[in-house]
Amino acid sequence: MAKYLLLKHYRGAPAAVNDVCMDQWTPEEISAHMKYMHDFAARLEGTGEFVDGQALAPEGTFVRYDGEGRPPITDGPFAETKDLIAGWMVIDVDSYERAVELAGELSAAPGAGGNPIHEWLELRPFLTEPPTITE
Amino acid sequence: MDDVMLRSLTPGVLGILVRRGADFAAAEDAVQDALAEAVRVWPADRPRDPKGWLVTVAWRRFLDATRADAARRRREDLVEEQPAPGPATAVDDTLQLYFLCAHPSLTPSSAVALTLRAVGGLTTRQIAQAYLVPEATMAQRISRAKRTVSGARFDRPGDVATVLRVLYLVFNEGYSGDVDLAAEAIRLTRQLAAGIDHPEVAGLLALMLLHHARRAARTASDGSLVPLAEQDRGLWDTASIAEGVGILQTALARDRLGEFQAQAAVAALHADAPTAEETDWVQIVEWYDELARLTDSPVVRLNRAVAVGQADGPRAGLAALAKLDESLPRYTAAAAYLHERDGDLARAARLYAEAALKAPDLAERDHLTRQAARLNSRRSG
Repeated sequence: MAKYLLLKHYRGAPAAVNDVCMDQWTPEEISAHMKYMHDFAARLEGTGEFVDGQALAPEGTFVRYDGEGRPPITDGPFAETKDLIAGWMVIDVDSYERAVELAGELSAAPGAGGNPIHEWLELRPFLTEPPTITE
Repeated sequence: MDDVMLRSLTPGVLGILVRRGADFAAAEDAVQDALAEAVRVWPADRPRDPKGWLVTVAWRRFLDATRADAARRRREDLVEEQPAPGPATAVDDTLQLYFLCAHPSLTPSSAVALTLRAVGGLTTRQIAQAYLVPEATMAQRISRAKRTVSGARFDRPGDVATVLRVLYLVFNEGYSGDVDLAAEAIRLTRQLAAGIDHPEVAGLLALMLLHHARRAARTASDGSLVPLAEQDRGLWDTASIAEGVGILQTALARDRLGEFQAQAAVAALHADAPTAEETDWVQIVEWYDELARLTDSPVVRLNRAVAVGQADGPRAGLAALAKLDESLPRYTAAAAYLHERDGDLARAARLYAEAALKAPDLAERDHLTRQAARLNSRRSG
Protein backbone atom coordinates (compact mmCIF):
# COMPACT_ATOMS: atom_id res chain seq x y z
CA MET A 1 0.00 0.00 0.00
CA ALA A 2 1.19 3.50 -0.72
CA LYS A 3 -0.21 6.80 0.43
CA TYR A 4 -1.08 9.60 -1.95
CA LEU A 5 -2.13 13.16 -1.30
CA LEU A 6 -4.89 14.56 -3.51
CA LEU A 7 -4.80 18.33 -3.63
CA LYS A 8 -7.67 20.51 -4.73
CA HIS A 9 -6.62 24.05 -5.59
CA TYR A 10 -8.46 27.33 -5.17
CA ARG A 11 -6.05 28.63 -7.79
CA GLY A 12 -2.72 27.68 -9.20
CA ALA A 13 -4.04 24.67 -11.09
CA PRO A 14 -4.97 24.87 -14.79
CA ALA A 15 -8.59 25.92 -15.35
CA ALA A 16 -11.25 23.24 -15.12
CA VAL A 17 -13.24 22.32 -18.23
CA ASN A 18 -16.57 23.17 -16.61
CA ASP A 19 -15.11 26.24 -14.93
CA VAL A 20 -18.05 28.07 -13.33
CA CYS A 21 -17.69 29.72 -9.93
CA MET A 22 -19.76 27.92 -7.32
CA ASP A 23 -21.94 30.91 -6.46
CA GLN A 24 -23.20 30.79 -10.06
CA TRP A 25 -24.54 27.26 -9.59
CA THR A 26 -28.03 26.50 -8.36
CA PRO A 27 -28.43 25.40 -4.74
CA GLU A 28 -29.43 21.94 -6.04
CA GLU A 29 -26.19 21.70 -8.02
CA ILE A 30 -24.23 22.56 -4.89
CA SER A 31 -26.06 19.88 -2.93
CA ALA A 32 -25.35 17.31 -5.66
CA HIS A 33 -21.66 18.25 -5.62
CA MET A 34 -21.43 17.96 -1.82
CA LYS A 35 -23.17 14.61 -1.91
CA TYR A 36 -20.77 13.32 -4.54
CA MET A 37 -17.73 14.32 -2.50
CA HIS A 38 -19.24 12.86 0.65
CA ASP A 39 -20.22 9.58 -1.04
CA PHE A 40 -16.77 9.31 -2.57
CA ALA A 41 -15.06 9.58 0.83
CA ALA A 42 -17.58 7.18 2.38
CA ARG A 43 -16.96 4.61 -0.33
CA LEU A 44 -13.18 4.80 0.17
CA GLU A 45 -13.70 4.35 3.89
CA GLY A 46 -15.59 1.22 2.99
CA THR A 47 -12.75 -0.11 0.81
CA GLY A 48 -10.18 0.81 3.45
CA GLU A 49 -8.47 3.28 1.14
CA PHE A 50 -9.42 6.50 2.92
CA VAL A 51 -6.91 8.01 5.35
CA ASP A 52 -7.97 11.59 5.99
CA GLY A 53 -9.31 14.67 4.29
CA GLN A 54 -9.96 18.29 5.17
CA ALA A 55 -11.08 21.49 3.50
CA LEU A 56 -8.93 24.58 3.92
CA ALA A 57 -9.86 28.25 4.14
CA PRO A 58 -8.85 30.37 1.13
CA GLU A 59 -6.70 32.76 3.12
CA GLY A 60 -3.12 31.54 3.39
CA THR A 61 0.12 33.20 4.42
CA PHE A 62 3.73 32.52 3.54
CA VAL A 63 5.96 32.74 6.60
CA ARG A 64 9.76 32.87 6.74
CA TYR A 65 12.42 33.02 9.46
CA ASP A 66 13.91 36.50 9.46
CA GLY A 67 17.00 36.07 11.59
CA GLU A 68 17.92 35.87 15.26
CA GLY A 69 15.75 37.93 17.60
CA ARG A 70 13.39 39.06 14.85
CA PRO A 71 9.80 37.99 14.39
CA PRO A 72 9.08 35.71 11.41
CA ILE A 73 8.15 37.67 8.33
CA THR A 74 4.97 37.04 6.45
CA ASP A 75 4.34 37.87 2.84
CA GLY A 76 2.75 41.11 1.75
CA PRO A 77 -0.28 41.72 -0.42
CA PHE A 78 0.88 39.45 -3.22
CA ALA A 79 -1.71 36.75 -2.67
CA GLU A 80 -2.89 36.75 -6.26
CA THR A 81 0.34 35.11 -7.43
CA LYS A 82 0.09 32.23 -5.00
CA ASP A 83 -1.03 28.71 -5.50
CA LEU A 84 -3.73 28.09 -2.89
CA ILE A 85 -4.88 24.71 -1.67
CA ALA A 86 -8.63 24.37 -1.15
CA GLY A 87 -8.55 20.98 0.47
CA TRP A 88 -6.84 17.66 0.56
CA MET A 89 -7.52 14.01 0.88
CA VAL A 90 -5.05 11.29 1.74
CA ILE A 91 -5.68 7.87 0.27
CA ASP A 92 -3.81 4.63 0.87
CA VAL A 93 -3.97 2.50 -2.27
CA ASP A 94 -2.28 -0.51 -3.85
CA SER A 95 -0.90 1.18 -6.93
CA TYR A 96 -0.23 4.43 -8.71
CA GLU A 97 -2.85 3.38 -11.29
CA ARG A 98 -5.49 3.11 -8.57
CA ALA A 99 -4.53 6.55 -7.21
CA VAL A 100 -4.91 8.08 -10.68
CA GLU A 101 -8.23 6.31 -11.16
CA LEU A 102 -9.59 7.71 -7.87
CA ALA A 103 -8.27 11.22 -8.53
CA GLY A 104 -9.99 11.11 -11.91
CA GLU A 105 -13.21 10.07 -10.26
CA LEU A 106 -12.98 12.91 -7.74
CA SER A 107 -12.30 15.37 -10.55
CA ALA A 108 -15.58 14.28 -12.16
CA ALA A 109 -17.67 15.67 -9.26
CA PRO A 110 -20.74 17.37 -10.72
CA GLY A 111 -20.74 21.16 -11.02
CA ALA A 112 -22.77 23.73 -12.94
CA GLY A 113 -25.53 22.23 -15.05
CA GLY A 114 -25.01 18.92 -13.23
CA ASN A 115 -22.02 18.21 -15.51
CA PRO A 116 -18.63 17.07 -14.26
CA ILE A 117 -16.27 19.92 -13.33
CA HIS A 118 -13.23 18.22 -14.89
CA GLU A 119 -11.07 20.15 -12.44
CA TRP A 120 -7.34 19.49 -12.16
CA LEU A 121 -6.38 17.71 -8.96
CA GLU A 122 -2.77 17.38 -7.92
CA LEU A 123 -1.68 13.85 -6.99
CA ARG A 124 1.43 13.56 -4.80
CA PRO A 125 2.88 10.33 -3.47
CA PHE A 126 4.08 10.31 0.14
CA LEU A 127 7.77 9.64 0.57
CA THR A 128 8.20 6.57 2.71
CA GLU A 129 10.76 5.49 5.27
CA PRO A 130 13.59 3.50 3.69
CA PRO A 131 13.18 -0.23 4.22
CA THR A 132 15.20 -1.78 7.05
CA ILE A 133 16.70 -4.35 4.75
CA THR A 134 18.07 -3.44 1.35
CA GLU A 135 19.28 -6.05 -1.10
CA MET B 1 -18.63 -2.13 34.98
CA ASP B 2 -20.52 1.11 34.64
CA ASP B 3 -18.25 3.59 32.83
CA VAL B 4 -20.63 6.50 33.26
CA MET B 5 -20.84 5.90 37.01
CA LEU B 6 -17.06 5.73 37.32
CA ARG B 7 -16.74 8.91 35.27
CA SER B 8 -19.19 10.73 37.49
CA LEU B 9 -17.28 9.68 40.63
CA THR B 10 -13.81 10.56 39.34
CA PRO B 11 -13.89 14.36 39.81
CA GLY B 12 -15.15 14.05 43.38
CA VAL B 13 -12.39 11.61 44.30
CA LEU B 14 -9.78 13.77 42.60
CA GLY B 15 -11.15 16.84 44.37
CA ILE B 16 -10.84 15.18 47.78
CA LEU B 17 -7.23 14.25 47.14
CA VAL B 18 -6.39 17.77 45.97
CA ARG B 19 -8.15 19.28 49.00
CA ARG B 20 -6.15 17.06 51.30
CA GLY B 21 -3.00 18.54 49.84
CA ALA B 22 -2.09 16.16 47.05
CA ASP B 23 -0.34 17.67 44.09
CA PHE B 24 -2.70 17.72 41.10
CA ALA B 25 -0.65 15.51 38.79
CA ALA B 26 0.14 13.01 41.56
CA ALA B 27 -3.53 12.94 42.60
CA GLU B 28 -4.57 12.25 39.03
CA ASP B 29 -2.13 9.35 38.72
CA ALA B 30 -3.40 7.92 41.99
CA VAL B 31 -7.02 8.21 40.89
CA GLN B 32 -6.22 6.49 37.58
CA ASP B 33 -4.60 3.64 39.53
CA ALA B 34 -7.67 3.39 41.74
CA LEU B 35 -9.96 3.27 38.70
CA ALA B 36 -7.89 0.50 37.16
CA GLU B 37 -8.10 -1.38 40.44
CA ALA B 38 -11.88 -0.85 40.51
CA VAL B 39 -12.26 -2.29 37.01
CA ARG B 40 -10.31 -5.35 38.20
CA VAL B 41 -11.96 -5.90 41.59
CA TRP B 42 -15.53 -4.62 41.41
CA PRO B 43 -17.10 -7.16 39.05
CA ALA B 44 -16.47 -9.84 41.69
CA ASP B 45 -16.74 -7.72 44.81
CA ARG B 46 -18.63 -4.47 44.38
CA PRO B 47 -18.26 -2.11 47.36
CA ARG B 48 -21.34 -0.68 49.07
CA ASP B 49 -19.84 2.83 48.95
CA PRO B 50 -18.03 3.03 45.58
CA LYS B 51 -16.84 6.58 46.10
CA GLY B 52 -15.49 5.92 49.58
CA TRP B 53 -13.73 2.86 48.19
CA LEU B 54 -12.12 4.89 45.39
CA VAL B 55 -11.02 7.62 47.81
CA THR B 56 -9.43 5.08 50.13
CA VAL B 57 -7.58 3.26 47.37
CA ALA B 58 -6.51 6.44 45.56
CA TRP B 59 -5.31 8.01 48.78
CA ARG B 60 -3.28 4.88 49.62
CA ARG B 61 -1.75 4.94 46.12
CA PHE B 62 -0.93 8.60 46.52
CA LEU B 63 0.74 8.01 49.88
CA ASP B 64 2.71 5.06 48.49
CA ALA B 65 3.91 7.15 45.59
CA THR B 66 4.74 10.05 47.85
CA ARG B 67 6.62 7.85 50.31
CA ALA B 68 8.59 6.32 47.49
CA ASP B 69 9.70 9.75 46.47
CA ALA B 70 12.22 11.04 48.99
CA ALA B 71 12.02 14.56 47.63
CA ARG B 72 8.39 14.69 48.65
CA ARG B 73 8.86 13.58 52.24
CA ARG B 74 8.12 17.03 53.52
CA ARG B 75 4.73 17.05 51.82
CA GLU B 76 4.00 13.63 53.24
CA ASP B 77 4.35 15.04 56.76
CA LEU B 78 1.87 17.71 55.77
CA VAL B 79 -0.75 15.35 54.38
CA GLU B 80 -0.49 12.89 57.28
CA GLU B 81 -2.05 15.56 59.46
CA GLN B 82 -5.18 15.56 57.35
CA PRO B 83 -8.32 13.60 58.34
CA ALA B 84 -8.67 9.94 57.40
CA PRO B 85 -10.43 8.95 54.17
CA GLY B 86 -14.18 8.60 54.25
CA PRO B 87 -17.37 9.70 52.53
CA ALA B 88 -17.43 13.40 51.74
CA THR B 89 -19.77 15.79 49.97
CA ALA B 90 -19.05 15.72 46.26
CA VAL B 91 -19.85 19.25 45.24
CA ASP B 92 -17.38 21.33 47.24
CA ASP B 93 -14.43 19.19 46.24
CA THR B 94 -15.41 19.23 42.59
CA LEU B 95 -15.75 23.02 42.72
CA GLN B 96 -12.07 23.31 43.57
CA LEU B 97 -11.30 21.34 40.45
CA TYR B 98 -13.31 23.73 38.29
CA PHE B 99 -11.23 26.63 39.51
CA LEU B 100 -7.97 24.72 39.27
CA CYS B 101 -8.71 23.68 35.68
CA ALA B 102 -9.61 27.24 34.68
CA HIS B 103 -6.41 28.59 36.21
CA PRO B 104 -5.49 31.96 34.66
CA SER B 105 -2.00 30.72 33.72
CA LEU B 106 -3.45 28.11 31.34
CA THR B 107 -4.19 28.77 27.70
CA PRO B 108 -7.87 28.33 26.76
CA SER B 109 -7.23 25.05 24.93
CA SER B 110 -5.25 23.65 27.87
CA ALA B 111 -7.93 24.74 30.33
CA VAL B 112 -10.58 23.06 28.22
CA ALA B 113 -8.61 19.81 27.95
CA LEU B 114 -7.83 19.73 31.66
CA THR B 115 -11.45 20.45 32.61
CA LEU B 116 -12.74 17.62 30.42
CA ARG B 117 -10.14 15.29 31.88
CA ALA B 118 -10.30 16.21 35.57
CA VAL B 119 -13.86 17.47 36.08
CA GLY B 120 -15.52 15.58 33.26
CA GLY B 121 -13.57 12.38 33.81
CA LEU B 122 -13.17 11.79 30.04
CA THR B 123 -10.27 9.74 28.77
CA THR B 124 -7.46 11.40 26.85
CA ARG B 125 -8.53 9.39 23.82
CA GLN B 126 -12.11 10.70 24.00
CA ILE B 127 -10.94 14.30 24.30
CA ALA B 128 -8.49 13.83 21.41
CA GLN B 129 -11.28 12.42 19.25
CA ALA B 130 -13.59 15.29 20.09
CA TYR B 131 -10.96 17.84 19.08
CA LEU B 132 -9.72 15.85 16.06
CA VAL B 133 -6.09 15.75 17.18
CA PRO B 134 -3.88 12.69 17.66
CA GLU B 135 -4.09 11.13 21.11
CA ALA B 136 -0.39 11.77 21.72
CA THR B 137 -0.88 15.49 21.05
CA MET B 138 -3.74 15.69 23.51
CA ALA B 139 -1.78 13.70 26.12
CA GLN B 140 1.01 16.26 25.85
CA ARG B 141 -1.41 19.16 26.11
CA ILE B 142 -2.93 17.70 29.25
CA SER B 143 0.35 16.86 30.91
CA ARG B 144 1.70 20.36 30.19
CA ALA B 145 -1.46 21.79 31.71
CA LYS B 146 -1.00 19.61 34.78
CA ARG B 147 2.58 20.80 35.17
CA THR B 148 1.42 24.40 34.88
CA VAL B 149 -1.08 24.13 37.72
CA SER B 150 1.15 21.86 39.77
CA GLY B 151 1.69 23.40 43.17
CA ALA B 152 -1.29 25.75 42.88
CA ARG B 153 -3.23 25.78 46.14
CA PHE B 154 -6.94 26.30 46.28
CA ASP B 155 -8.29 27.38 49.61
CA ARG B 156 -10.68 29.88 48.11
CA PRO B 157 -12.68 30.04 44.89
CA GLY B 158 -10.99 31.55 41.85
CA ASP B 159 -12.55 33.61 39.12
CA VAL B 160 -16.03 32.36 38.22
CA ALA B 161 -15.95 34.24 34.92
CA THR B 162 -12.92 32.23 33.75
CA VAL B 163 -14.60 28.93 34.63
CA LEU B 164 -17.71 29.97 32.71
CA ARG B 165 -15.64 30.96 29.68
CA VAL B 166 -13.98 27.54 29.66
CA LEU B 167 -17.34 25.75 29.89
CA TYR B 168 -18.76 27.87 27.09
CA LEU B 169 -15.73 27.01 24.92
CA VAL B 170 -16.44 23.33 25.50
CA PHE B 171 -20.11 23.84 24.63
CA ASN B 172 -19.32 25.63 21.39
CA GLU B 173 -17.09 22.85 20.10
CA GLY B 174 -20.08 20.77 19.07
CA TYR B 175 -19.23 17.11 18.96
CA SER B 176 -17.53 14.30 17.15
CA GLY B 177 -16.32 10.88 18.16
CA ASP B 178 -18.22 9.25 20.98
CA VAL B 179 -18.46 12.30 23.25
CA ASP B 180 -21.06 14.99 22.74
CA LEU B 181 -19.19 18.02 24.05
CA ALA B 182 -22.28 20.24 24.15
CA ALA B 183 -24.09 17.73 26.37
CA GLU B 184 -20.94 17.29 28.44
CA ALA B 185 -20.65 21.08 28.92
CA ILE B 186 -24.28 21.20 30.06
CA ARG B 187 -23.66 18.39 32.54
CA LEU B 188 -20.60 20.15 33.95
CA THR B 189 -22.37 23.53 34.14
CA ARG B 190 -25.30 21.88 35.92
CA GLN B 191 -22.89 20.44 38.45
CA LEU B 192 -21.26 23.85 38.91
CA ALA B 193 -24.65 25.53 39.29
CA ALA B 194 -25.53 23.04 42.03
CA GLY B 195 -22.46 23.99 44.00
CA ILE B 196 -22.18 27.71 43.49
CA ASP B 197 -24.71 30.46 43.94
CA HIS B 198 -24.07 32.89 41.11
CA PRO B 199 -26.60 34.35 38.63
CA GLU B 200 -24.13 34.16 35.74
CA VAL B 201 -23.66 30.41 36.27
CA ALA B 202 -27.43 30.09 36.00
CA GLY B 203 -27.33 32.43 32.98
CA LEU B 204 -24.79 30.22 31.20
CA LEU B 205 -26.74 27.06 32.00
CA ALA B 206 -29.93 28.66 30.64
CA LEU B 207 -28.10 29.83 27.52
CA MET B 208 -26.70 26.36 26.83
CA LEU B 209 -30.07 24.67 27.37
CA LEU B 210 -31.81 27.13 25.04
CA HIS B 211 -29.20 26.73 22.29
CA HIS B 212 -29.07 22.98 22.72
CA ALA B 213 -32.87 22.71 22.49
CA ARG B 214 -32.68 23.88 18.87
CA ARG B 215 -29.90 21.57 17.79
CA ALA B 216 -32.02 18.97 15.99
CA ALA B 217 -33.49 21.70 13.79
CA ARG B 218 -30.22 23.47 13.03
CA THR B 219 -28.90 21.08 10.37
CA ALA B 220 -30.67 19.30 7.52
CA SER B 221 -30.23 15.58 6.92
CA ASP B 222 -27.36 16.25 4.48
CA GLY B 223 -25.49 18.24 7.13
CA SER B 224 -26.26 21.67 5.67
CA LEU B 225 -27.06 24.60 7.94
CA VAL B 226 -30.70 25.63 8.46
CA PRO B 227 -31.04 29.30 9.48
CA LEU B 228 -33.20 30.13 12.48
CA ALA B 229 -36.07 31.55 10.44
CA GLU B 230 -36.37 28.36 8.37
CA GLN B 231 -36.05 25.85 11.19
CA ASP B 232 -38.83 23.37 11.86
CA ARG B 233 -39.87 24.56 15.31
CA GLY B 234 -41.58 21.23 15.91
CA LEU B 235 -38.09 19.76 16.28
CA TRP B 236 -37.18 22.08 19.15
CA ASP B 237 -36.88 20.39 22.53
CA THR B 238 -39.64 22.11 24.49
CA ALA B 239 -38.68 20.56 27.83
CA SER B 240 -35.17 21.94 27.50
CA ILE B 241 -36.56 25.36 26.49
CA ALA B 242 -38.91 25.42 29.48
CA GLU B 243 -36.09 24.50 31.82
CA GLY B 244 -33.79 27.16 30.33
CA VAL B 245 -36.45 29.86 30.55
CA GLY B 246 -37.24 28.91 34.17
CA ILE B 247 -33.57 29.06 35.21
CA LEU B 248 -33.14 32.36 33.40
CA GLN B 249 -36.16 33.97 35.04
CA THR B 250 -34.93 33.01 38.51
CA ALA B 251 -31.50 34.45 37.70
CA LEU B 252 -32.88 37.70 36.24
CA ALA B 253 -35.08 38.19 39.32
CA ARG B 254 -31.91 38.58 41.36
CA ASP B 255 -31.09 41.74 39.47
CA ARG B 256 -27.39 41.04 38.94
CA LEU B 257 -27.33 41.09 35.18
CA GLY B 258 -24.36 39.70 33.30
CA GLU B 259 -23.36 38.81 29.79
CA PHE B 260 -24.61 35.22 29.83
CA GLN B 261 -28.02 36.12 31.27
CA ALA B 262 -28.46 38.77 28.57
CA GLN B 263 -27.46 36.31 25.84
CA ALA B 264 -29.82 33.73 27.31
CA ALA B 265 -32.60 36.34 27.25
CA VAL B 266 -32.09 36.79 23.49
CA ALA B 267 -32.11 33.00 22.99
CA ALA B 268 -35.27 32.75 25.12
CA LEU B 269 -37.07 35.34 22.97
CA HIS B 270 -36.23 33.31 19.86
CA ALA B 271 -37.33 30.09 21.54
CA ASP B 272 -40.58 31.72 22.68
CA ALA B 273 -41.77 32.75 19.23
CA PRO B 274 -44.26 30.30 17.67
CA THR B 275 -43.08 31.40 14.20
CA ALA B 276 -40.09 33.40 12.98
CA GLU B 277 -42.42 36.27 12.02
CA GLU B 278 -43.74 36.53 15.56
CA THR B 279 -40.28 37.00 17.07
CA ASP B 280 -40.19 39.96 19.45
CA TRP B 281 -37.34 41.79 17.68
CA VAL B 282 -37.93 45.03 19.58
CA GLN B 283 -37.16 43.32 22.87
CA ILE B 284 -34.21 41.51 21.31
CA VAL B 285 -32.72 44.86 20.28
CA GLU B 286 -33.13 46.04 23.89
CA TRP B 287 -31.24 42.98 25.16
CA TYR B 288 -28.47 43.63 22.63
CA ASP B 289 -28.27 47.17 23.99
CA GLU B 290 -27.77 45.69 27.47
CA LEU B 291 -25.16 43.30 26.11
CA ALA B 292 -23.30 46.09 24.32
CA ARG B 293 -23.25 48.01 27.62
CA LEU B 294 -21.92 44.96 29.52
CA THR B 295 -19.30 43.77 27.05
CA ASP B 296 -18.64 46.59 24.60
CA SER B 297 -18.01 43.84 22.05
CA PRO B 298 -18.10 44.70 18.33
CA VAL B 299 -19.59 41.28 17.60
CA VAL B 300 -22.54 42.14 19.84
CA ARG B 301 -22.99 45.41 17.91
CA LEU B 302 -23.03 43.43 14.68
CA ASN B 303 -25.76 41.14 16.01
CA ARG B 304 -27.59 44.19 17.23
CA ALA B 305 -27.51 45.71 13.72
CA VAL B 306 -29.13 42.57 12.30
CA ALA B 307 -31.80 42.68 15.03
CA VAL B 308 -32.42 46.37 14.27
CA GLY B 309 -32.88 45.34 10.64
CA GLN B 310 -35.65 43.01 11.77
CA ALA B 311 -37.27 45.42 14.20
CA ASP B 312 -37.08 48.67 12.18
CA GLY B 313 -36.49 47.50 8.61
CA PRO B 314 -33.36 46.68 6.56
CA ARG B 315 -32.44 50.34 5.97
CA ALA B 316 -32.19 50.93 9.73
CA GLY B 317 -30.12 47.74 10.03
CA LEU B 318 -27.76 48.86 7.27
CA ALA B 319 -27.38 52.25 8.94
CA ALA B 320 -26.42 50.54 12.22
CA LEU B 321 -24.04 48.27 10.32
CA ALA B 322 -22.37 51.22 8.58
CA LYS B 323 -21.01 52.44 11.94
CA LEU B 324 -19.08 49.19 12.47
CA ASP B 325 -15.71 47.93 11.30
CA GLU B 326 -16.01 46.00 8.02
CA SER B 327 -13.33 43.53 9.05
CA LEU B 328 -15.52 42.07 11.80
CA PRO B 329 -16.28 38.37 11.44
CA ARG B 330 -19.62 37.86 9.62
CA TYR B 331 -19.89 41.56 8.75
CA THR B 332 -20.16 40.74 5.05
CA ALA B 333 -22.74 38.01 5.67
CA ALA B 334 -24.86 40.42 7.73
CA ALA B 335 -24.59 43.09 5.02
CA ALA B 336 -25.60 40.54 2.36
CA TYR B 337 -28.65 39.54 4.37
CA LEU B 338 -29.78 43.14 4.95
CA HIS B 339 -29.25 44.11 1.30
CA GLU B 340 -31.30 41.10 0.21
CA ARG B 341 -34.16 42.14 2.47
CA ASP B 342 -33.82 45.65 1.07
CA GLY B 343 -34.34 44.23 -2.43
CA ASP B 344 -30.82 44.77 -3.80
CA LEU B 345 -30.37 41.18 -4.94
CA ALA B 346 -27.31 41.71 -7.16
CA ARG B 347 -25.35 43.32 -4.36
CA ALA B 348 -26.58 40.72 -1.86
CA ALA B 349 -25.45 37.85 -4.11
CA ARG B 350 -22.00 39.41 -4.51
CA LEU B 351 -21.68 39.91 -0.74
CA TYR B 352 -22.83 36.35 0.05
CA ALA B 353 -20.14 34.96 -2.28
CA GLU B 354 -17.55 37.20 -0.64
CA ALA B 355 -18.73 36.17 2.83
CA ALA B 356 -18.44 32.49 1.87
CA LEU B 357 -14.71 32.97 1.26
CA LYS B 358 -14.31 34.26 4.81
CA ALA B 359 -16.51 31.68 6.52
CA PRO B 360 -14.87 29.96 9.49
CA ASP B 361 -16.39 26.52 8.94
CA LEU B 362 -17.60 24.29 6.15
CA ALA B 363 -21.30 24.31 7.02
CA GLU B 364 -21.36 28.09 7.10
CA ARG B 365 -19.36 28.39 3.90
CA ASP B 366 -21.68 26.04 2.04
CA HIS B 367 -24.70 27.85 3.42
CA LEU B 368 -23.42 31.24 2.21
CA THR B 369 -22.43 29.83 -1.20
CA ARG B 370 -25.95 28.43 -1.52
CA GLN B 371 -27.42 31.83 -0.63
CA ALA B 372 -25.36 33.44 -3.40
CA ALA B 373 -26.31 30.65 -5.80
CA ARG B 374 -30.00 31.03 -4.91
CA LEU B 375 -29.99 34.77 -5.70
CA ASN B 376 -27.86 34.34 -8.82
CA SER B 377 -30.00 31.56 -10.26
CA ARG B 378 -33.17 33.51 -9.47
CA ARG B 379 -31.86 36.56 -11.30
CA SER B 380 -30.65 34.69 -14.36
CA GLY B 381 -33.49 32.14 -14.47
